[in-house]
Amino acid sequence: MLEIQNLSVDYKGNCVLSNVSFLVPMGQLVGIIGPNGAGKSTLVEAILNLVPVTQGVVRFKGMPLKRQLLQTAYVPQRSRVDWDYPVTVWNVVMMAQTVQTGLFKGFSQWARQQTRTALERVDMYDLRDRPIGELSGGQQQRVFLARALAKEAELLIFDEPFTAVDRKTEDIIFDIFQELRAEGKTLLVINHDLGDSLAIYDQLLLLNKHLIAQGNRREVVTSDNLERAYGRGLARVFA
Amino acid sequence: MLDWIIEPLSLSFMQRALMLGILLGILCAIVGSYMIVQQMGMLAHAISHSVMAGLPIAYVVGVALSIGALVAGVISALVLYLIESRSRVKTDAAMALILTSFVAIGVVLVSILPGANRIDLVHILFGNILGVTMTEVWWSLAVTVVGIILVRLFFKELLFYTFDPKGAQASGMPVHWYNASLITAMTVTIVVCLPTVGALLVVALLVAPAATAYLLVKELHQIMWVGSIIGALSSIVGMYLSYYLDAPSGASIVLVSFCFFCLAFLFSPSEGLLVDLWTQRQRSHLTDADEVDQTLVMQRLNSPERKF
Repeated sequence: MLEIQNLSVDYKGNCVLSNVSFLVPMGQLVGIIGPNGAGKSTLVEAILNLVPVTQGVVRFKGMPLKRQLLQTAYVPQRSRVDWDYPVTVWNVVMMAQTVQTGLFKGFSQWARQQTRTALERVDMYDLRDRPIGELSGGQQQRVFLARALAKEAELLIFDEPFTAVDRKTEDIIFDIFQELRAEGKTLLVINHDLGDSLAIYDQLLLLNKHLIAQGNRREVVTSDNLERAYGRGLARVFA
Repeated sequence: MLDWIIEPLSLSFMQRALMLGILLGILCAIVGSYMIVQQMGMLAHAISHSVMAGLPIAYVVGVALSIGALVAGVISALVLYLIESRSRVKTDAAMALILTSFVAIGVVLVSILPGANRIDLVHILFGNILGVTMTEVWWSLAVTVVGIILVRLFFKELLFYTFDPKGAQASGMPVHWYNASLITAMTVTIVVCLPTVGALLVVALLVAPAATAYLLVKELHQIMWVGSIIGALSSIVGMYLSYYLDAPSGASIVLVSFCFFCLAFLFSPSEGLLVDLWTQRQRSHLTDADEVDQTLVMQRLNSPERKF
């Protein structure tokens, strides 16, 4: 169980996130939706302790999450990544093994095998020696997905994984999300659009600085809720 | 030709200068590689000038000038971080403010602290590699060797942190320590280079060889290797130029390293400007040829012989 209680974040005096609380049972695929600037990225960053929180508790399996970071995998938004960085596909996925391997040691044979399996699973093993800057948007996203898989985490967090990806990548990501859920992993996914892609989630969180609604698609995507999150215009289009 | 190369080597000050130049070329390229990927060039520039505030204080207190420079450099980075994180003032404005204020502190203290006016500010600003002592060469060797060992030991952690700081932090890595270590390493490198090229030009030694290598190869460790070779070569060629043209040594080294960068910018096989233009030209020739073929095909298709 992932428990979030009263999570609040201030940034330079402005409230970005206010008293967000929710529960996610293990083995669920959860979508986080909301307008631009609603604090979706801040929410996952606060869960992972990447931004200072003003108050709140984050527990995973009954323990503070920040003490079990080896159990979590995080895929940042693609705009946060420097795609000109001089690094190959293989070495990006190897990064998943950095903390487990420990200081002053080289990667083990097992770590290499994990990397290989993860790259094969997203159909990127053949491109393992390519610099990441020479890949398409979809291929880049699959490399980060492979890095998350290679970590064998229990809680996986994705920030807008479907931005700028091709159809093949979208299918691969969908399939892998289903497989991970079947393995009992918990997934939090920030989803940018409100279309049919929402059908894959077990539950949705609708956010705009505070939690507006939580539940299945039918309960969350209502004209009332959307109006509260997005304002009147958009709500009419999607409801 | 051989005489031309050997003659300066018989002079002991040239021997020392060349040894130091090669060592600093290697050290700067390694530290500079992290600066390029972390986009810390302007920070290095700010720190390189801020070190001046520490010199008169160290002189009066009676510790080595380099210690004073190091402390002032690190303090300037901390103040910068404080302004950036606790106010709405953006990075470039904060850097301009800190850079100039720390230089001003240095200039004021040199004239008001008793005895500090014996510090030669021109020497600090421009350096003089031909005046280095053997002790400075040994110090540079020690710093370079320690630098290489540390990079080797922490390479995988630094790769992860510099590529994806948020991902590294989410994995539980102590990213603030890695950030502080990189800034300290950069400041130490700047301080070691001060006697050679001076505060005004030191950033060129850090940035140019690594940036040149960045245009030529595709992985961080390769950038370090190629950058080291380019850095050492720039020092050697620059020193010979300075010897024969009687030009200032620091500026000569910087100009040679800039020439190497221009060569890579124009001729790099993967992204050189001229290579790019050449490939585009080739491609447009091909397209033209394709179009001609197309018209021919169309003519053939429409010709009376085809109509049965």
